[in-house]
Amino acid sequence: MAQAVFNPSGRAASRTQTPSYGVWGLRLIALSYLVIFIAIPLFVVNVQGLRFGWDAFWRSISRTEAANAIILSVYTSAFMAVVNTVIGTLTAYVLVRYRFPGKGIFNTLVDLPFAVPTLVTGVMLVILYGPQTIIGSFLQNELGIRVLFNTPGVIIALLFVGYPFVIRTVQPVLLNMEVYQTEAAQTIGASAWTTFWRVIFPVLRPAIATGALLSFARSMGEFGSVIVVAGGRAVTGTMYIYTRVEGGDMQAASGVSMVLLLIAFGVTIAVDLLQWRRNHA
Amino acid sequence: MREIKPRTFGAWLLIGIALIYATVLFILPMIAIVQGAFANGIEPLLETLSEPSVIHAFQVTFVLSLGAVLINALLGLTTAWVLVRHRFRGRKLFDALVDIPFVFSPVIAGYAMIVLFGRDGWLAPPIFPIVFALPGILLAKTFVSLPFVTREVQPVLDSLTPEPEEAAYTIGASRWTTFRRVILPEIWTALLYGIVLTFARAVGEFGAVSVVGGNIEGYTETATSFVFRAMNDRNNVGAYGVSVLLGVFSVLILIIMNLLRRRMTQGVRDVDSA
Repeated sequence: MAQAVFNPSGRAASRTQTPSYGVWGLRLIALSYLVIFIAIPLFVVNVQGLRFGWDAFWRSISRTEAANAIILSVYTSAFMAVVNTVIGTLTAYVLVRYRFPGKGIFNTLVDLPFAVPTLVTGVMLVILYGPQTIIGSFLQNELGIRVLFNTPGVIIALLFVGYPFVIRTVQPVLLNMEVYQTEAAQTIGASAWTTFWRVIFPVLRPAIATGALLSFARSMGEFGSVIVVAGGRAVTGTMYIYTRVEGGDMQAASGVSMVLLLIAFGVTIAVDLLQWRRNHA
Repeated sequence: MREIKPRTFGAWLLIGIALIYATVLFILPMIAIVQGAFANGIEPLLETLSEPSVIHAFQVTFVLSLGAVLINALLGLTTAWVLVRHRFRGRKLFDALVDIPFVFSPVIAGYAMIVLFGRDGWLAPPIFPIVFALPGILLAKTFVSLPFVTREVQPVLDSLTPEPEEAAYTIGASRWTTFRRVILPEIWTALLYGIVLTFARAVGEFGAVSVVGGNIEGYTETATSFVFRAMNDRNNVGAYGVSVLLGVFSVLILIIMNLLRRRMTQGVRDVDSA
């Protein structure tokens, strides 16, 4: 103990004490927690996916409905990610750069889509875009767009659910940007637009990409809002899994589950690489 | 970056786009649901909300969410501690595992539990029923809300300076006393923030809970699965009423989050000015 206290590199010393029973106990508890709650479900999905061999796996995902469900998920999530990335970057910039009335409330409300249960999100959208409302009937009768029980409904639900990600990853980077970086550019006569593209955007790029990837992954797994808005008529990957599990067809659910999980993994690895590059730049 | 007053047309245009998008995307839906819930006056609403099945659904939701909070607060705190303070082989891998529930679809988590504990499951039949029963719902809620406490506490724990802790040891404090009197006050706000996020996530979960619990009315039906059933039965008053209650709950959570965040930045400012 005394040695640890008077060690000049105190921080390192307090972290590398000889493991005692208490230390081993804590470590055992923490690691068992992660293994039981996370590693085992991961393992189960992958083993179940490949349990009957590659052929069975391939057959289960190449059925028309399964393939269509995966494609619909990828397509709607990618669309959502593009729109929310553009608007999210803009919103983060506005929130950091400008002072305007109601800004504090707006900044708090940005997290609303995180806080609202996604099933409730679905109910809200059904009320707003239903055929009885002004917006719903206008879209349907004047523009011929049916939102509910259709792909546009799925996209709107995902836009809602994926809204905060890019804003919340970009905002802190903008806040930490040094004043001289932007003002130097303006001093030498660069326009606001040039300053943004040449000075601010390159700094933001990793944060924007991280937010976009996270929102994409979140949308691929989204279920509550989609099931209410699409009502089983537009079948996403998670909807497909849900109906197959309900029907007891575990074999059909296993392939799609594994594909969605692999996509989520790819995204996580990409995010880790981005973080790593940012820390080692 | 410095905050400025918007002077140009372009600046106001950007602000306008941001506000209009947010309004159309989630303010209008919020207004729509409140309007929908109160469309027939407040009486039918109160009547629905006092039905036994609704009350039971809320009890199941809140009790099991508190259970998930308890598990994730205690074990999440331990995990944050171990990941920050201990050095061991595979630490990075375990650290990466914590984020998995963020990208792991809750429906797939529910499916994994059925594979494990279901009728023909790998570990079936367990001593007591898990699938289509309350323990399954507790597991599901715990899984989806697992990362928050660990991820909120970890950075704060990592940023602590060793001096106060060493001072405590020098004057003969035990490890436990040091943790309780020196470390816990430092990480308290972050821990609370993590707990609030955990609770919100656990209460709002539907996919995993619905797959594992099977939405059995009066038994495994949670508040969100009640809304789902009410939507299918075209019981609009029930669906909108419970949705509004859940919505009010999430706004409360937002306000608490905001207060806690302010306290956290306040703490940083105090340290900076000291």
